[in-house]
Amino acid sequence: MTTALPDAEVALATLAERMRASVAWDARFVGIYSGGAWIADRLATLLPGEHPVGYLDVAFHRDDYGSAGLKGAGRATKLPFDVDGAAIVLVDDVLFTGRSVRAAINELFDFGRPASIELAVLVDRGGRELPIEATYVGARVAVARDLTVALSRGDDGRLALAFERSGEAG
Amino acid sequence: MHNPQLAANGQLTHLLTLEGLPAPVITHILDSATPFVSFGERDVKKVPLLRGKAVFNLFFENSTRTRTTFEIAAKRLSADVINLNIGASSTAKGESVLDTIDNLTAMDADIFVVRHSESGAAHLIASHLNATGRSHVHVVNAGDGRHQHPTQGLLDLYTIRHYKKAFTALSVAVVGDVLHSRVARSLISGLTTLGTPDVRVVGPQTLIPTAVESLGVRVCHDMREGVAGCDVVVMLRLQNERMKGALLPSTGEYFQYYGLTPDKLALAKPDAIVMHPGPMNRGVEIDSAVADGARAVILPQVTFGIAVRMAVMSLIAGNG
Repeated sequence: MTTALPDAEVALATLAERMRASVAWDARFVGIYSGGAWIADRLATLLPGEHPVGYLDVAFHRDDYGSAGLKGAGRATKLPFDVDGAAIVLVDDVLFTGRSVRAAINELFDFGRPASIELAVLVDRGGRELPIEATYVGARVAVARDLTVALSRGDDGRLALAFERSGEAG
Repeated sequence: MHNPQLAANGQLTHLLTLEGLPAPVITHILDSATPFVSFGERDVKKVPLLRGKAVFNLFFENSTRTRTTFEIAAKRLSADVINLNIGASSTAKGESVLDTIDNLTAMDADIFVVRHSESGAAHLIASHLNATGRSHVHVVNAGDGRHQHPTQGLLDLYTIRHYKKAFTALSVAVVGDVLHSRVARSLISGLTTLGTPDVRVVGPQTLIPTAVESLGVRVCHDMREGVAGCDVVVMLRLQNERMKGALLPSTGEYFQYYGLTPDKLALAKPDAIVMHPGPMNRGVEIDSAVADGARAVILPQVTFGIAVRMAVMSLIAGNG
């Protein structure tokens, strides 16, 4: 059932095109570390308007903390704008179970009450375990559950998608 | 002997001492503390990592400050905190420490924060829990006798790393009552593990433990020689309450020789930082002009201390 992964740069261009018409002119782009942070940076340059970029570390709100312990050591949430009343686009690389997004929304609310939150993801691989859907999707793929889809960034800044066979994903 | 603070897979499950704690574990704790430092920027200064966990502060020896910082750290992690001033209760009625622990474990304690005047108390409790199949209950040593005070050592390491970035080219002077100081012992263990090339202990002969050189430090009895050219000056509190017998002629004379004054600090590097674990005795080990001066990082130490304690409790509770 596993399909081939798309080219990450093509998926990013598609995602930006799908956002162009409807994203608020002053929407804040908030990337989830680390892949989502890279994509948020890129989207802010690709899309017209004023898009301050922030970054979220979701470790404090993960629901697998009891079994997986504290993750993401050393990265702190950075939101260089007021969350209260802001239009926010949450950005992540791969949407899978929806648990990271749930944690990210909780983390955002620790900083204030946004006017709205949309979700933009580079890849939607299906397999949701929570009632969460993306507003904007770069590419959809079908992937076996035991495979992890990982985004990497080269020295030249180019993004790439690859399979990793390991435990968890979000 | 197996290190009782590490689980079989090498993860930290109790924090008892910095002695023998591997460098990657120390670095991981310091890295984990970083996100907690910026906690003040949140509207909601609380995260759910320890929601539903019970943290018991067991203070067999009084310490308002350390107990308060652990209490704040645990509450910001959403734990339920129970403060027990054991000195005034069960032990006074004759109950043994381990019986107290068994009783509190039966009340579903998840973390014990232990302060005791006897060296090795936290170690004893952790070994007892491990040996009786209750290794899911964690112990944090908040100071045992003259032995160790690992969270203070970690917050000192965090402070040094924050201002000086790396340990591998640093000169650090630890000045004062090293003999009675578990703070000094924890810091020295951590500094040497992380590769600090030059650690000096400075103080009068009566307040420097014998054979302290075996810890990998240099002893200076002359304060001016001791702080010359160093990057970090750590002042220790003169522990009046621990002094037995006449170790010092007078606090006035102590200040003259070992008090940190602006002219002595001038011998250190121009960007040297001054640390103190608190509470300070102004005019005994430190001059007010230094304590309130631009080089002092004593209040940031307090802020970092909460973050480090949050990291330690989150890590051990998450490791099984």
